[in-house]
Amino acid sequence: MDVTDLLQLAIYGVVLGSILTLGAIGVSLLFGILRFSNFAHGDIMTLGAYAAFAVVSILHTPVWLALPVGMIAGALVAVAADQLVYRRLRRTQPVILLISSFGMALIIRSLVQLIWGPQDRSFIKGIDMPMHFGDLMVSPQQLWILGGTIVIVIAVHLFLTRTRMGKAMRAMSDNMDLARVTGIDAEKVIIWTWALGGALAAAAGVFLALDTRLTPMMGWSALLPIFAAAILGGFGKPYGAIVGGMIIGVASEMSTAVLPPAYKPATAFAVMVIMLVVRPNGLLGARR
Amino acid sequence: MSELLLDMQSLIGGYGGNDILKGASLTVAHNEIVVIVGPNGAGKSTLMKSAFGLVKIRQGAVVFQGESITNMRPDLVVRRGMSFVPQEKNVFPSLTVQENLEMGAYLRKDGGAARQMERIFEIFPRLKERRKQAAGSMSGGERQMVAMGRALMLDPKLILLDEPTAGLSPLFIEQTFERIVEINKLGIGVLMVEQNAKQALEIAHRGYVLAMGRNRFEDTGAGLLANREIAEMFLGG
Amino acid sequence: MSIDLSGLASYGVFLLTLAAIYGVVSLALNVQWGMTGLFNIGIAGFYAIGAYCAAIVTTPPSPSHLGGLGLPFGVGLLVAMAVSGLVAFLVGLLTLKLREDYLAIATIGISEIIRLVLKNEDWIGNGVRGIAGIARPLSANPLVYLAVVLLVLAATYLAVERARKSPWGRVLRALRENELGAQAAGKNIYRFRMEAFVLGSMIMGLGGALYAHFIGFVSPEAFEPVFATFLVWVMLIAGGSGNNKGAVLGAFVIWLVWSGTELLTNQLPADYVTQGSALRVLLIGVLLQVILLRRPEGLLPEERPHVGASPASSAEAEDEA
Repeated sequence: MDVTDLLQLAIYGVVLGSILTLGAIGVSLLFGILRFSNFAHGDIMTLGAYAAFAVVSILHTPVWLALPVGMIAGALVAVAADQLVYRRLRRTQPVILLISSFGMALIIRSLVQLIWGPQDRSFIKGIDMPMHFGDLMVSPQQLWILGGTIVIVIAVHLFLTRTRMGKAMRAMSDNMDLARVTGIDAEKVIIWTWALGGALAAAAGVFLALDTRLTPMMGWSALLPIFAAAILGGFGKPYGAIVGGMIIGVASEMSTAVLPPAYKPATAFAVMVIMLVVRPNGLLGARR
Repeated sequence: MSELLLDMQSLIGGYGGNDILKGASLTVAHNEIVVIVGPNGAGKSTLMKSAFGLVKIRQGAVVFQGESITNMRPDLVVRRGMSFVPQEKNVFPSLTVQENLEMGAYLRKDGGAARQMERIFEIFPRLKERRKQAAGSMSGGERQMVAMGRALMLDPKLILLDEPTAGLSPLFIEQTFERIVEINKLGIGVLMVEQNAKQALEIAHRGYVLAMGRNRFEDTGAGLLANREIAEMFLGG
Repeated sequence: MSIDLSGLASYGVFLLTLAAIYGVVSLALNVQWGMTGLFNIGIAGFYAIGAYCAAIVTTPPSPSHLGGLGLPFGVGLLVAMAVSGLVAFLVGLLTLKLREDYLAIATIGISEIIRLVLKNEDWIGNGVRGIAGIARPLSANPLVYLAVVLLVLAATYLAVERARKSPWGRVLRALRENELGAQAAGKNIYRFRMEAFVLGSMIMGLGGALYAHFIGFVSPEAFEPVFATFLVWVMLIAGGSGNNKGAVLGAFVIWLVWSGTELLTNQLPADYVTQGSALRVLLIGVLLQVILLRRPEGLLPEERPHVGASPASSAEAEDEA
């Protein structure tokens, strides 16, 4: 294990971090507004990835063209879950929503399995030659993931700071009661938040599938590191999620230098637990 | 059509089946500044919030500009030209000053938001200087300006202020009351609950003294200030 | 015909035994969630700990895994409970002071790590090959074992019901309903929640041990971890969280529904049989949502002392549009 190997792992870490970031931004936004952790988030990732896969396998389009379709599918499923179930449970304790979203996760996963079957799938047929930069290797997919994430994160930033709906989301996340007396249409903002969170999750799912493979369990397995990233960034703070995602991503990949790769989720968990004990409000969060 | 802007008659209600209002009544005419004073727990804030759909009214009626708004949802009340500035947590801390004001105009569809913001900046020049600053990083007095500015963005007919000077330094208290008078001169009715009863009554056209959820006294601001009994009981001598 | 009948009878015994084991776990969750409001979705982790402890303690010595110690059934149960309780204590130490979401996430994390460790550390439980040859106590006869499980279920029920009615249980309910009020009354919230969390997890471990002896084999994949957890949640919510009779009733009803869906999916054309389990999970997932929306209090609602309408719920009820 020399410096090159570590750098290589750091590159993989940034790629994984990109995927986690996209998932964690959605979790964080939803938490900020609805005050509950959406356990179905990972499975919306899975569904988005499979929807994009369907486009690629039926229409033979490139993956980047299928990505928006996957994102729309993710947004629709998230909004549908909210309108059919969560909306009616919002008046009860937030914990009931947790249970419901846990059930929703299994519903979505079994739907994916019913439609596409339990076997693994892949976006890429054959082996793509990685590109070499000195001793370091990067696959074209990894560059796509990184570039795609940067574009999407900038778009989300512009949405949150430049549009009326984006500002209303931040306002609701700041203070729900004040938003209501100000006349902000809470229901509409909630629907848009689900749509945004679902679309981002789907993008994360497509990127995860590009980096690895499609399996019905892929999203659920990513949920723990995504929550870890969101907690690290301070729940309810979408910008913190970027920092959290990168830290968890890099830490997970670097841990393979000393631990079997199977323990990557354990590393994410360990970082999260240390964080919870040391700074329960997140890295960037001093308030509340 | 009634001459009154707001007419609340014999209200009974409160939170969770617990009646705090026990028959209180109150009116605000166009262009009037009305102050509610009284001891702690008299139901002052509750009475004001009941105009805004934030308190469950079991009996009685709230009429705003000739239309019944009893138990109407806050976002619908806002649309009808009434704004509310809560006592605490009355700004969006992570939003900038300008974004806070924009949120105040969320319901506005006529494109007049920019013009209205300029008018608000005239009343509160400080906000124009700090328009890019996050509201959460401002002082209590400045936050109060942001909150009032936000409530004015829809160009309301009536603005409700819940203890606008609570926790402010004497200098800021003075300034806040001056601003309230300025706002009133724009043709906006003001209904407020105040702890600094003396100063508030000095700028008020009329005032109500509330006790135990009922009206106790009602007079012009000057009249209440001149009343010995009230001065001894509620205004701290 | 007689062969069919005995086949049916043994299937019945099989179903009842598993339902009773789930009943034990459902009671355990009721201690944590129903009585205390602790959100544990790592049930499978504690269940697995219990199952592996039972396997390691009671099987004869083997070079392929830790132990076995060849000790009696009862010792296995006690160790299963002790180790589950210890792990729960450590998890609780880190998370019980934090918000409820964090406990939920931490419990997923811990159950995932337990699964990873069992899968990758061959020396503990022989890795993915698992541990076989876990004997049933007294006799291999399934009827005898059913009696043993029912006995444990009854004992667990009595113990948990007694705890619920005790002053300790009343404090838990007070904490759940109105945390600040109970804190003002000078109760140490953290300690009570820790006790409930550890007790519940110990009973989950007990359930896992019973399962190991029933099936005779444990492996990391022997029971789908996420799904085992989910099924127990559906059982408790359907039966009526907060009510111990409801917890047991829910376990039997949902287990029968779950097994019934297997009969249904077996009728599917051969091409779809592999999809059967996904369809069954889908049905149970939808069932949970319907229960939450239509009858959130479950079949047997919690018995509450009469204090009138809770103020929090009526204040919230105003503006459903």
